[in-house]
Amino acid sequence: MSERERGDGTMATEHIVKAYDDELKQLSNMISRMGGLAENQVATAIEAVVRRDNDAAIETIESDEKVDQLEHEVDQFCVRLLALRQPMAGDLRRIIGALKIASDLERIADYGANVAKRALQLNQIKPIKPVYAIPRMGKLAQEMIKDVLDSYAEGDVEKALDVWHRDEEVDEMYTSLFRELLTYMMEDPRNITACTHLLFIAKNIERVGDHATNIAETIHFLVVGGPFSHGRRRTHDGTVTIGLDIDADSS
Amino acid sequence: MANTQLQDADPRDGAVSSRPAARRTKMAARDVNVFYGDTHALKGVDLDVYEHEVTAFIGPSGCGKSTLLRCLNRMNDMIEGCRVSGEMTLDGRDIYSRDIDVVQLRAEIGMVFQKPNPFPKSIYDNVAYGPRIHGLARTKSDLDEIVLTSLEKTGLLDEVHDRLDQPGTGLSGGQQQRLCIARAIAVSPKVILMDEPCSALDPIATARIEELIDELRENYTIVIVTHNMQQAARVSQRTAFFHLGSLIEMDETEQVFTSPKNEHTQGYITGRYG
Ligand SMILES: Nc1ncnc2c1ncn2[C@@H]1O[C@H](COP(=O)(O)OP(=O)(O)OP(=O)(O)O)[C@@H](O)[C@H]1O
Ligand SMILES: [Mg+2]
Repeated sequence: MSERERGDGTMATEHIVKAYDDELKQLSNMISRMGGLAENQVATAIEAVVRRDNDAAIETIESDEKVDQLEHEVDQFCVRLLALRQPMAGDLRRIIGALKIASDLERIADYGANVAKRALQLNQIKPIKPVYAIPRMGKLAQEMIKDVLDSYAEGDVEKALDVWHRDEEVDEMYTSLFRELLTYMMEDPRNITACTHLLFIAKNIERVGDHATNIAETIHFLVVGGPFSHGRRRTHDGTVTIGLDIDADSS
Repeated sequence: MANTQLQDADPRDGAVSSRPAARRTKMAARDVNVFYGDTHALKGVDLDVYEHEVTAFIGPSGCGKSTLLRCLNRMNDMIEGCRVSGEMTLDGRDIYSRDIDVVQLRAEIGMVFQKPNPFPKSIYDNVAYGPRIHGLARTKSDLDEIVLTSLEKTGLLDEVHDRLDQPGTGLSGGQQQRLCIARAIAVSPKVILMDEPCSALDPIATARIEELIDELRENYTIVIVTHNMQQAARVSQRTAFFHLGSLIEMDETEQVFTSPKNEHTQGYITGRYG
C-alpha cells in the first residue's frame, strides 16, 4: 500500500490540536452509525416483503425519520468543522466525503422505506412466485452497504472498488426479474398489481446498490484524492434491450 | 425535448475550462544552494515563477523561505557570511552575472517586508523616493503623476490625498503596508517579493492587501511568503512547500491544498506537523 492510500486518507500522525482529531473521529462515528441504521432499514424492509410482515414494514417506515435526523446532524457538524477548523487536503476531503456519504445513506434509507410501503400493499394481495428473487437481490444490496461501510471505517480503497464492481450483479438481477415479471403480467393480467409492486421494490433495491456505488466512489476520492478512473463498467443501459425502464418510487 | 437537446454538454466544453493559458517563466532558480557560514539554508532548489501569477512560499519556520526570497533580488549580498551558488534568472537573464547593476535589479524586483517600514519622511516622499534615485521623472509633474498613480493603485489615494505631506509613519499599520507597496510599484518593477506582508495586520487590512495582490498580478509578477495557509490558498496560483531547506513540492495551489502529493506537505498544511 502506498503512503497515499493509508487508512482514512490522512497521515497516521495526529493533529497538533487534539480536539480536531476527536472531532474527525466523531464524524466518522456518526457516518458509521448512520450507515448501520440505513443498512438495517433495508434489511427490515426486505423482511417485510419476504415474510409478509406488516409490523416490520411499519417499523421501517417510522424509523426513516431517525436517518433523516442523523443526516441533518452530520450536515451541521460538517459546517461547523469547515468554519472552525478550515480543513485542508486530506482533512478537507474527509469532511466533504462525509457530507456526500451521509446524503447517499439518507437516500438508501428512503429506498428502504419505499420498499416497506410497497410491502404493505403487497401483503394485502395473494403472493406471486417471483417474490423469491427479492431476498437474493436484497441480500446483495445489503452486503454492498455493509462492505462499503467497512471500507469507509478502514479507509480500504480495494474493498470499496470491490463493492463498486458488484453493483453490476444487482443490475443484472433487476434486469432478469424485470423480464420475468413482464412474462407473468402477459400470462395473466390479474398478476399486474402484484407484479407492479414487485417491480418497484426491485427497482428500489437496485437504486440502493447505485448509492452504495456512489459511496465507494466517495471513499476512493477521500482516500486517494483524485477522481475515480476505472473504466465504466457495463450498465444495464448497455445490456438491456427490452422496453421501458422505470424510476424508483420518488417519495 | 428541445430543451434537453440544448442542455446537452458540448464535449469541447472541457477544453476551455479553467486551465491556465500558456505560462511564461518570469524568474527561475536552478540548483540554488545557500550557506550562512556552516548552515546549509537552501539545498539544491529548482523552481520557476510564472509571469502574472502569484507564487506562494510556505513551510515551517526556518525552512528557508525568506532566504530564497532574498536570493531573488540579491538581498543576500548584504548579509555577512552568506554564500549563494546556482543560477537565478529574470526573463532568462542571469541576475548574479557580473555585469548586473544590483541597484537597478532591485528596482526591477521590488520587496515588501513583514513589518511595514515607511521611511521617516512624508507620504509623498516615501513614494517619490525610488523614482527620484532611479531618475524616472524628468519634471515635478512627472513625479506627481507617478506618486499619485502608485497611491491610487494601492487604493490609498482616497485615504491620504489631503495629507501627502504628513509623515508616512503616522498611518495605520495596514495603510503603512499599502504605502510600502506603493513605494515598491512606483519604480515599475517586474516582480514584487513580499515576505509575510500581512502578519502585522488585522483581518480587514489583510483582506485589502490580498485584494490588492490580486489586482497587481495583472501588471506584475508576485512572490509571497506566508504562514497563513488560507492566505496562500486565497491569493496564489501556485504554491511551493519548503522543509529544512529543500523544496518538497510545488504545484497548482488548488492541487496542493486539496490533494498534495507529498506526505510532508500534507502533514504541514493539515496541522499535523511534528
Ligand atoms: N542572517 C543569517 N545568518 C545566519 N543564519 C541565518 C540568517 N538568516 C537565516 N539564517 C538561517 O537560515 C535558515 C533559513 O532561514 P529563513 O529566514 O530563510 O527561514 P524562513 O523559512 O523564512 O523562516 P520564518 O518562517 O521563521 O521566517 C534558518 O536555519 C536560519 O536560522
Ligand atoms: Mg522568513
